[in-house]
Amino acid sequence: MEGSDRFPPDSRLVAHTLACRRGERLLFRKLSFALRPGEALHVTGANGTGKTTLIRTLAGLSRPYAGEIESAGSVGLVDERPALDPDLPLGRALGFWARIDGVDDTAPIHARLGLDSLLDVPVRFLSTGQRKRAALAVLVGRGVPVWLLDEPLSGLDSGAIETVSRLVTEHLEQGGIALIASHQPLAVPGLRKLALEDFAPREEPA
Amino acid sequence: MIAALLRRDLATFFPFAGGGAALPVVFFVAVAMLYPFAVGPDVALLARTGGGVVWIAALLAAILPLDRLVAEDIERGTFDQLRLRGVSEEAMMAVRLLAHWLSFGPPLVLATFPAAALLALDGPTLHLLLLGLLAGTPGLAAIGLIIAALTASLRSGAALSGLLLVPLALPILIFGAGALARQDPASLGFVGAASLLLVAIAPFAAGAAIRAAREN
Repeated sequence: MEGSDRFPPDSRLVAHTLACRRGERLLFRKLSFALRPGEALHVTGANGTGKTTLIRTLAGLSRPYAGEIESAGSVGLVDERPALDPDLPLGRALGFWARIDGVDDTAPIHARLGLDSLLDVPVRFLSTGQRKRAALAVLVGRGVPVWLLDEPLSGLDSGAIETVSRLVTEHLEQGGIALIASHQPLAVPGLRKLALEDFAPREEPA
Repeated sequence: MIAALLRRDLATFFPFAGGGAALPVVFFVAVAMLYPFAVGPDVALLARTGGGVVWIAALLAAILPLDRLVAEDIERGTFDQLRLRGVSEEAMMAVRLLAHWLSFGPPLVLATFPAAALLALDGPTLHLLLLGLLAGTPGLAAIGLIIAALTASLRSGAALSGLLLVPLALPILIFGAGALARQDPASLGFVGAASLLLVAIAPFAAGAAIRAAREN
């Protein structure tokens, strides 16, 4: 399903026999996958199975315990922290990232995610879902090929969930890559599934 | 990108930008104001000891902004997002150091004029004091940044950072205040040297600290 060539056709996100741990606990091991342009992976797993750790490792923010990650193309991350100054009005907080990313026209994506009426509201007064939408707007605005989404749907209303599914679908159609950790299902065609429990280390008998 | 980063850091930390950022300067003047009340209106005593008090006030004022200097941006994920955009931790910390110094160094130097008047300092002492603070505050900012980054992931980091800054700032204080006692500008050279060294180390030490904070 490779569509337009907005993103470089050689962008990829590949994990080779990846193992990660948090503290002293091994979360998963022998995890391998390869994502090419237009492909997306939906990572599921109960709380504490290592979804967030996997995403942070893939983003290069923490080191894997074993295995290798191979990625080409800039990576964008949305997690539970929107990285917006709570004291600033939303418009100025988003403006900082627009300047950092060199994005000139942010109005269309703000309108699409229903942020345009919130731009004067200080970030600390926004709800969880509104902050999540703001973080997604920054990600879409950046226009990077690889999306790492950690619980992108938490706190979103049904309309926003639909918008996110459509944004991911469009991203894939443009040759992007997405890895999504979520408890909720996404209506994205061609979404592959990966259950982290399948890679949990077997309990050794005591 | 770096310019946008500096602009944001300055807007966050500059005095009177909001969020109590002017507190260090107000605190500095308040200490200078309280001192004559505490030791009595003996002009000779004030003039002799006042310079040292200004130095101590400057050191304490440098502690005040530390709790929000680094920890907030780690919690909010700002540094992670910048890392994903290819900004190195060292560059983030160098920008933060510049913004931190600009937000308290020059304002303290300006606030030294009213402080000197309150403490009846004479002309040559004020001169040495201003030069000393100009040379010493970058070093204080650098120590503060390193400590703020190291203690950012600790729960009681704010209280600890104040305690940690005091011993590390001793060389700057000894040479800076020593110049006043001996009326000798030469030792200000040591203050400047200590500052330069600290400013050179700080981005790397603080950058390594916020990388390490990510791992837990």
